[in-house]
Amino acid sequence: MRVSDHARTILLTLALGGLLVNLPDRPARAAEVEEVVTPLGIRAYLLREPAIPFVSLAFYFEGGAAQDPEGRDGLSNMAAGLLDEGAGPYDSKAFRSALEDNAIRLSFDADRDGFSGELKTLNDTREFAFELLRLALTEPRFDEEPVERIRGQILADLRRRETDPDYRAARAWFARAFAGHPYARPTRGTPETVAAITREDLRRFVAGRLARGNLHIGVAGDITAEELIPLLDATFGALPAEPRLAPIPPVEPETRGVIVERMEIPQSVVVFGHAGIPRDDPDYYAAYVANYILGGGGFSSRLTEEIREKRGLVYSVYSYLYDARLSPLWLGSLATRNETVGEAIALVRAELERMAKGEIGPEDVADAKTYLTGSFPLRLTSNDRIARTLVAMSYQGLGRDYLEKRNGYIEAVTLDDVRRVAKRLFARETLFSVVGDPEGLEARTE
Amino acid sequence: MKPGIWPVVAILTVAAPAAAAAGLFNPSTFTLDNGMQVVVVENHRAPVVAHWVWYKVGTADSPVGKSGLPHYLEHLMFKGTEKIPPGEFSKIVARLGGNDNAMTSYDFTAYFQMIARDRLETVMEMEADRMVNLRITEEESVTERDVILEERRSRVDNEPASLLGERLAAVQYLNHPYRLPVIGWFHEIESFTREDALAFYRTWYAPNNAILVVVGDITAEDLKPLAERTYGRIPARPVPPRERLKEPPQASERVVELRHERVRQPSVTISYLAPSYNTEGGERAYALEVLAELFGSGTTSRLYRALVVDKGLAAGAGAFYRGSSLDQTTFRIYATPRPGVTLEEVETALDEEIAKLLAGEITEEEVARVKKRMLAEATYARDSLSGVARIFGVALTTGQTVEDVEAWPERIEAVTVEEVRAAAREVLKPERSVRGRLLPPMREARK
Repeated sequence: MRVSDHARTILLTLALGGLLVNLPDRPARAAEVEEVVTPLGIRAYLLREPAIPFVSLAFYFEGGAAQDPEGRDGLSNMAAGLLDEGAGPYDSKAFRSALEDNAIRLSFDADRDGFSGELKTLNDTREFAFELLRLALTEPRFDEEPVERIRGQILADLRRRETDPDYRAARAWFARAFAGHPYARPTRGTPETVAAITREDLRRFVAGRLARGNLHIGVAGDITAEELIPLLDATFGALPAEPRLAPIPPVEPETRGVIVERMEIPQSVVVFGHAGIPRDDPDYYAAYVANYILGGGGFSSRLTEEIREKRGLVYSVYSYLYDARLSPLWLGSLATRNETVGEAIALVRAELERMAKGEIGPEDVADAKTYLTGSFPLRLTSNDRIARTLVAMSYQGLGRDYLEKRNGYIEAVTLDDVRRVAKRLFARETLFSVVGDPEGLEARTE
Repeated sequence: MKPGIWPVVAILTVAAPAAAAAGLFNPSTFTLDNGMQVVVVENHRAPVVAHWVWYKVGTADSPVGKSGLPHYLEHLMFKGTEKIPPGEFSKIVARLGGNDNAMTSYDFTAYFQMIARDRLETVMEMEADRMVNLRITEEESVTERDVILEERRSRVDNEPASLLGERLAAVQYLNHPYRLPVIGWFHEIESFTREDALAFYRTWYAPNNAILVVVGDITAEDLKPLAERTYGRIPARPVPPRERLKEPPQASERVVELRHERVRQPSVTISYLAPSYNTEGGERAYALEVLAELFGSGTTSRLYRALVVDKGLAAGAGAFYRGSSLDQTTFRIYATPRPGVTLEEVETALDEEIAKLLAGEITEEEVARVKKRMLAEATYARDSLSGVARIFGVALTTGQTVEDVEAWPERIEAVTVEEVRAAAREVLKPERSVRGRLLPPMREARK
């Protein structure tokens, strides 16, 4: 699966994409989400699942790549690559061996809005796994060898992306839409900024960004609250109370025009989008239903029907709501041979227009609701995915009982709601970013 | 799942995770009167099931000149039947609150739905229906061919690394159809017709050539009547044996270089012809898994330690092997240089590490260490309904049995250091290998 510049950053959105359903014959989940609060005040959502003897923990610190200092773009991403490369008494080799020899999986990642991590461990190695996580978060070493090695890997990756049309199309879209705002900057940095990052930058990152006050935790698996509480305090208790985050203003994307970056490839990649809807907007769920109808529903979506099924112009076309904190977005993507780029873009515009005119029927909304409510339990079948969903619930402020309530939020959406929101959402100017050699398509700024 | 990626081609990486453990999956199996094999793995954490039907046919069974035809048929299977109107299959599944998709590889074609337990029978009826009642119009067949050409452009023609991968396979196998791209050569896809697809469908799609795998909130006892009412009603009929062209002895080392305008980051892959679980020499497969793990899996592997950490020459390096393949498979080793390092320097270091394996420099301690890790990781494999379904589906379409899957931990546990050394000597032979290099154009290479 291709991972473009923004794709990693939408994980939280996707984790919450569907809804819980109360299936006819049984409640969707027997187990309840618990909110654990430790003596040191650390909070976590826990869903206990004793079937398999392991536990998945996911966490998210608010403040991501958008917080990276000027000229140090990619600092969060580089820190993500280095926290598990040596900490406390363990140098890189010893730390990696401790993880791999014990089948402990630990990883970190950064997106525009936050810094995330996941820990997965068998019950037998649980105490040790949490201790390794504590060391990674509080005593990372940033020894010279791993710093230069990971820097080399990031530079190699950036070089590869220079000619990756998916990456370039998304990059160009964000650079234009958010010119002058931190959201315009590449989350992985550039060769120049990555080369400039120092060990001191990395230490400042740890001291300033990883705190209890901006932390969200989700845990799923074979562990009780009583077992979890001391582990949470031992692992996260030593972090500073509050992070040092720069205030960054919200921003409206500038989404007029068409970007064309010429590249000699047989198929052009097109990224498109405009402003979306805030996650806490009362109309969010209606927007979610509207996007399902337009481009979120796979074979059930209008974009797939018109562009793939009827005309065979693409293999894949889709759209989604990207819940970026400072500028919620509606984004989409397709890829088609150079001869048909203009036709495919015209079809996207035509479908946006139909939505904006309110050409939505009761059966469209009913079908969307049955899928969105019915499919949510499918996403709650593995500890990893549950832990990620729990983190997103915390970060988005959705509440402990969200899994039970979410179905009702969708059920409450009416046809009028969807039409009203579609008019508001899809009447906006859409910026198209094209990388390839499209025929008869020129760049324009208006 | 990313919306939009629907009928999907499984290329190499789609193999089951190597992890499977005795007593962990505890499958139940039975066979319907028409010969359709059924596997059930219970998992009651949510009222959900993963429902998969696997056909024992894949790209390696393509008619001559029609590489990728099984994948084309896989796409067309979503079009309709006498009961299901055109284009409605996936929409009906969605209205049931389910997800569906399909995949094609060399040895299998698989269709699946993730669905609430109480709607399982409906999708079983639909899947059984399209096993024999597929309807395709001329227009649909032409449009879908265009879709697959776009899929090919996305997956292969736009990706220099994929272009090299196709050529590597074409040169690794001198005769055997694993030399073909899973999705098919572009010009052969262009030649596909509705009749090609239907002829292939009528030849290979039958209950006695299919395996049903259901993982989730159901018991074999509860599934059996559903299976009998749906798939069980389809009569068995003759299906040809999978007779594929045989590979002659390989006697010469090959090199494939792909220079491409868009390559900024060179890489090298060495591919060796290797036995699978199912071929002659298959008793070595478990030792080869251990070898791949200790040599090139993760950041504590020999290759990563030597090339990436200690010598600082490579940005990445690793090895990959899977035994689940009907015919001879490959053992692959790869590396990509750090910026500022030439591919030649990396290859020299890589060859030194291979030479150490051939000299028998493998310790009991490291074999024990990776075996312990592989067995521990197997526990995680139980966590995904579809992951478990894939492990059984891949195994049963590539010549293995349910018992083989369940015995995997014991067989890994039993691997000795001598066997790992012997496996390295037997498989890592230059005359059975292809070295593939991905390079920038000449002018840049001289910089």
